[in-house]
Amino acid sequence: MTSELDIFVGNTTLIDEDVYRLWLDGYSVSDAVALRVRSGILEQTGATAAVLQSDTMDHYRTFQMLERLLHAPPKLLHQLIFQIPPSRQALLIERYYAFDEAFVREVLGKKLSKGTKKDLDDISTKTGITLKSCRRQFDNFKRVFKVVEEMRGSLVDNIQQHFLLSDRLARDYAAIVFFANNRFETGKKKLQYLSFGDFAFCAELMIQNWTLGAVDPQADDMDMDLDKEFLQDLKELKVLVADKDLLDLHKSLVCTALRGKLGVFSEMEANFKNLSRGLVNVAAKLTHNKDVRDLFVDLVEKFVEPCRSDHWPLNDVRLFLNQYSASVHSLDGFRHQALWDRYMGTLRGCLLRLCHD
Amino acid sequence: MPGKLKVKIVAGRHLPVMDRASDLTDAFVEVKFGNTTFKTDVYLKSLNPQWNSEWFKFEVDDEDLQDEPLQITVLDHDTYSANDAIGKVYIDIDPLLYSEAATVISGWFPIYDTIHGIRGEINVVVKVDLFNDLNRFRQSSCGVKFFCTTSIPKCYRAVIIHGFVEELVVNEDPEYQWIDRIRTPRASNEARQRLISLMSGELQRKIGLKVLEMRGNAVVGYLQCFDLEGESGLVVRAIGTACTLDKLSSPAAFLPACNSPSKEMKESPLVHPPSHGCRSTHNSPIHTATGSRLTQNFSVSVPTLIYTGMGSGSAGKEGGPFKALLRQQTQSALEQREFPFFTLTAFPPGFLVHVGGVVSARSVKLLDRIHNPDEPETRDAWWAEIRQEIKSHAKALGCHAVVGYSESTSICEEVCILSASGTAAVLNPRFLQDGTVEGCLEQRLEENLPAGCGFCHIPYDELNMPFPAHLTYCYNCRKQKVPDVLFTTIDLPMDAAVIGKGCLIQARLCRLKKKAQAEANATAISNLLPFMEYEVHTQLMNKLKLKGMNALFGLRIQISVGENMLMGLASATGVYLAALPTPGGIQIAGKTPNDGSYEQHISHMQKKINDTIAKNKELYEINPPEICEEIIGSPIPEPRQRSRLLRSQSESSDEVTELDLSHGKKDAFVLEIDDTDAMEDVHSLLTDVPPPSGFYSCNTEIMPGINNWTSEIQMFTSVRVIRLSSLNLTNQALNKNFNDLCENLLKSLYFKLRSMIPCCLCHVNFTVSLPEDELIQVTVTAVAITFDKNQALQTTKTHAEKSLQRASTDNEELLQFPLELCSDSLPSHPFPPAKEHLESASSNSGIPAAQRATSVDYSSFADKCSSWIELIKLKAQTIRRGSIKTTVTVEKASPVGEGNFRNRSAPPCANSTVGVVRMTPLSFIPGAKITKYLGIINMFFIRETTSLREEGGVSGFLHAFIAEVFAMVRAHVAALGGNAVVSYIMKQCVFMENPNKNQAQCLINVSGDAVVFVRESELEVVSTQQPAATCQPSCTGGEVTT
Repeated sequence: MTSELDIFVGNTTLIDEDVYRLWLDGYSVSDAVALRVRSGILEQTGATAAVLQSDTMDHYRTFQMLERLLHAPPKLLHQLIFQIPPSRQALLIERYYAFDEAFVREVLGKKLSKGTKKDLDDISTKTGITLKSCRRQFDNFKRVFKVVEEMRGSLVDNIQQHFLLSDRLARDYAAIVFFANNRFETGKKKLQYLSFGDFAFCAELMIQNWTLGAVDPQADDMDMDLDKEFLQDLKELKVLVADKDLLDLHKSLVCTALRGKLGVFSEMEANFKNLSRGLVNVAAKLTHNKDVRDLFVDLVEKFVEPCRSDHWPLNDVRLFLNQYSASVHSLDGFRHQALWDRYMGTLRGCLLRLCHD
Repeated sequence: MPGKLKVKIVAGRHLPVMDRASDLTDAFVEVKFGNTTFKTDVYLKSLNPQWNSEWFKFEVDDEDLQDEPLQITVLDHDTYSANDAIGKVYIDIDPLLYSEAATVISGWFPIYDTIHGIRGEINVVVKVDLFNDLNRFRQSSCGVKFFCTTSIPKCYRAVIIHGFVEELVVNEDPEYQWIDRIRTPRASNEARQRLISLMSGELQRKIGLKVLEMRGNAVVGYLQCFDLEGESGLVVRAIGTACTLDKLSSPAAFLPACNSPSKEMKESPLVHPPSHGCRSTHNSPIHTATGSRLTQNFSVSVPTLIYTGMGSGSAGKEGGPFKALLRQQTQSALEQREFPFFTLTAFPPGFLVHVGGVVSARSVKLLDRIHNPDEPETRDAWWAEIRQEIKSHAKALGCHAVVGYSESTSICEEVCILSASGTAAVLNPRFLQDGTVEGCLEQRLEENLPAGCGFCHIPYDELNMPFPAHLTYCYNCRKQKVPDVLFTTIDLPMDAAVIGKGCLIQARLCRLKKKAQAEANATAISNLLPFMEYEVHTQLMNKLKLKGMNALFGLRIQISVGENMLMGLASATGVYLAALPTPGGIQIAGKTPNDGSYEQHISHMQKKINDTIAKNKELYEINPPEICEEIIGSPIPEPRQRSRLLRSQSESSDEVTELDLSHGKKDAFVLEIDDTDAMEDVHSLLTDVPPPSGFYSCNTEIMPGINNWTSEIQMFTSVRVIRLSSLNLTNQALNKNFNDLCENLLKSLYFKLRSMIPCCLCHVNFTVSLPEDELIQVTVTAVAITFDKNQALQTTKTHAEKSLQRASTDNEELLQFPLELCSDSLPSHPFPPAKEHLESASSNSGIPAAQRATSVDYSSFADKCSSWIELIKLKAQTIRRGSIKTTVTVEKASPVGEGNFRNRSAPPCANSTVGVVRMTPLSFIPGAKITKYLGIINMFFIRETTSLREEGGVSGFLHAFIAEVFAMVRAHVAALGGNAVVSYIMKQCVFMENPNKNQAQCLINVSGDAVVFVRESELEVVSTQQPAATCQPSCTGGEVTT
């Protein structure tokens, strides 16, 4: 006796959250059944393995049919084939677009191309996430990217509108799209200590301040691309380190203000010129795409690592950065105050976030 | 020009990409009705076209309006080649033809293609202007309402129930026409879909005409089926019950009929003797078809284990003056009609007087080509023959009517089994008198029809019984005789007194059969049928006893025929009727008593069986009051004390003459283990696993013993097909496979729906078919309904209490205690007993409202209940000593009643972009009232694929198709303005596959009633007032203390 056909169709589509998770995690039906057996469900319900097998198959089939709709979540809301309560629809979408931290760290900043897709095998082996799940996550990134790429308006809003994600998840996707578009390097060994959350935080600040959208809410690609003009203008900041008088004045202003307040004052004083040079040079280099990509590498090399080697407490970093940016306003010879604020305001936030172990 | 049909095509969405180059579609729409076609403009390059067309107007006869479906085809415009079809929508405009139903059909319909499934949606608006005068048009029957529901629809009142209507139409099956060889599968499928749609329309119109002829205005319990006879054609047939219905307009309309006390009987429907013959076609002589036509008929009357052959002759002698009178009257009214059949399964109060038992008839026929579709005499004659037989069986049971009547077929190649079954019954003669009421008779009748047991009383003459049975005096009223078991095809009457809960009972059976051709095949089948029927009944009886129950409701026996086997599947809901005697146990008797180990084995089995019975009694809360024995002081009989009866006709019929009360109790059912076969039987008896705790199942509308449904429902269809290993198939192996298939299917359902616990699977409908040589297909449709566990406990208490009260009544009689007020006045309709208690508590015991309000501690609820059980036990003791103190129980019950109200308010439905449409096979929606019936939904779909593997194999294909069918049903209901389908049924699901060719095809036929329902919370005020009034007498009864 072999089962040829075995289906269950409810007027309201049954969604088993546990099975959905297993499916999203890319387990095959037999693996999923084994995992469910291990969870002790048979003992709880008195069911047999055959029942579990049939149930899992059914759910997998339903999910496969739903997957097509999940690729365009508004379709899931308007379709007539599956009657699913709204709360369940939201759950289906949210879980489908959720991603693994380990995976996103591998892909963040990479071009979402076929080439990267080929590397998913390696990522799968490295992270222990099934290839299937990697593919889904990668395809999700790519799909969201494609849809919002050419759109006007706020990146987060666009994502939310077209994929019906929660605010939190939409922000994460905005970061992923922003990183993918600007191809920021995140994979270097130096950057391994940073979490996706760190990058997402920086991305949000950069989107808010450094993109076209920050100045013109009607611009195409407003939130995706950095403001080219702004990057060009950043060259002007070079004078802060090139002009020796200005640099000395800056240093003395900062040191005067911070004397007695920093635990690492002497280290700061000794390192001031190096740090300032580092930060200003990073700004000046941002005209080249290559250097934009290395932004985070540079920030870590030029600022985070020196601070770390001198064991700066986070609070000292904050005090220093505040003073460092504010003091520029007292430099009479410096004319690019607004530019400086746009640059340093964001950078300060990023650096503080990047300064941890 | 009696009607103008107006159609507007508004827009489309989610259309498929038809032009690969642009990834877009240039869509336009053709709107066709009859022979007229209109087209919209082409909407270029869009997957979401906005046609916003003008109103397309069709001026048509109302006859066409009834027959023809509106056909909407969406196409992709192609300048250079033929336009490609995207898909179609068929809209049945019948609901627009009667005034009370829908006025407009407007909404998004899935665009359906028989090859690709649903491809996007289209927004359509349809209206009909009728200028007709009903009298003028003889061929149309606009205005006659159709209901699939097998009871009087909730917001109507039956004025007259006229009786049976039937019709069938035949045609050639397009799939088998010569043209099919040259046309595409799509064209062939569409021709078939269109033809069946057309035939359904015609059939419905013809039935409507008959109803008008009978002066009715509606058909209730309308059941339409189609038989795919292959080469020999396509038959669409329908049966129903003609009625004259009145729409209830007052708020009382929302109250279920069961709430009305018996005094309202005058408002109950009258069975109206038709003034003119309702049928004509049947009078034609039996048309003998070319070649040999086999009429191997046989039939069975239940309740009996003994297979009774055809016709036990005429009805028995009249048993007494009253019975004679009753019989005469019934006869006079019903004999005039050719078939006094009713497709209803639930009745207005007072309609059903006695139930005789199940009557069924089967007949094996050889199909041959239908030569003239306009004269379907052969098929008509076949059915007439069967109906005649049913009628004579009913007569043999002393009944003049058949209720819960249904017909079905099973076809394999050229052999066809026609089956009909129903429940022989006696209907209230007063209602047959057409208005004239005879005072004295009425009085007598009401005296003789105590609520809750009247229908169990035998309608036949006990001295001339049609079959051997044990009769006892009714355990409820003690006045009339009742059988020891009762099988019926109807739902449990609302007022029936039941102890404990019910459960689904199934008998499953396979029989191998040699492959044969034509006549030889038919003969082989008809030879096997009696044995199958016999075994199915034996199994049912055994399982019933094993459950400790004594009656079956909703019995449906399906016998399916395949190439090399026959399958029998009987489903029913077992209950313990308080009026019937306690069933005896099952006794096992061995043939070789001298063998020691064998003896031991037997006794081991016996113990197992006894344990199972005890366990089941506990599980289903069957604890009938021990009456007579205890009163006289005799102990409960030990199993060994039971008299050993052999299952033999002569012996048991000898017993009949000496009936007395003790008999029913002691009679044990003996299973003789004389060979391995019997051993298997016993084993299979014990393999049925009860559902996991928190689950109940039944195949009737409502679950006896549960009535506190909460609003969550989940209707589902599950299909399984298994392939049997063809090697060395034996009957036993086959039986085991089939049994496992059904059991596993049930287990899967329980597992899948575990999140709904506590819940009950209602209206569990199994259908079995044998699509191919080694394939068995089982299709199940049912609805899972959640219920409130707390209330459930409470309800069972109520039942227990009811039986106690009944016990007290019995005591009264026997012990000469004049407890007038404590008579059986508690209305035993199982509707809202909890509420009754609440009301009684507040009305008579004078407990301050505040006190009641404080006791809403749910955590300690179980404790309260158990203490309540104790209390009842205590009370039972007291009753025996002749004193009753009911007031205490009433007080205790009040907090539970409070709980009721709280749990009743369902969480508000969350909004969604697509309106939720509920579907249920039941005639009601728990926690809601149906306010409007919008018309019948009757849809037929074909789906075919030539890329089976790509669509996920057979499972993927069928899963998607069934989901699509649900979607299309919901879309049609929503377009009619409804929010639910009740009495939903999947009448056919024919699945064929050819994996080698990567092909599969499936045909599905579904129907139901589109309705509008309103949540009960909005009507709470109205519904709570009524029970208060009706239970008043019982309240006063409860206060008496002796």
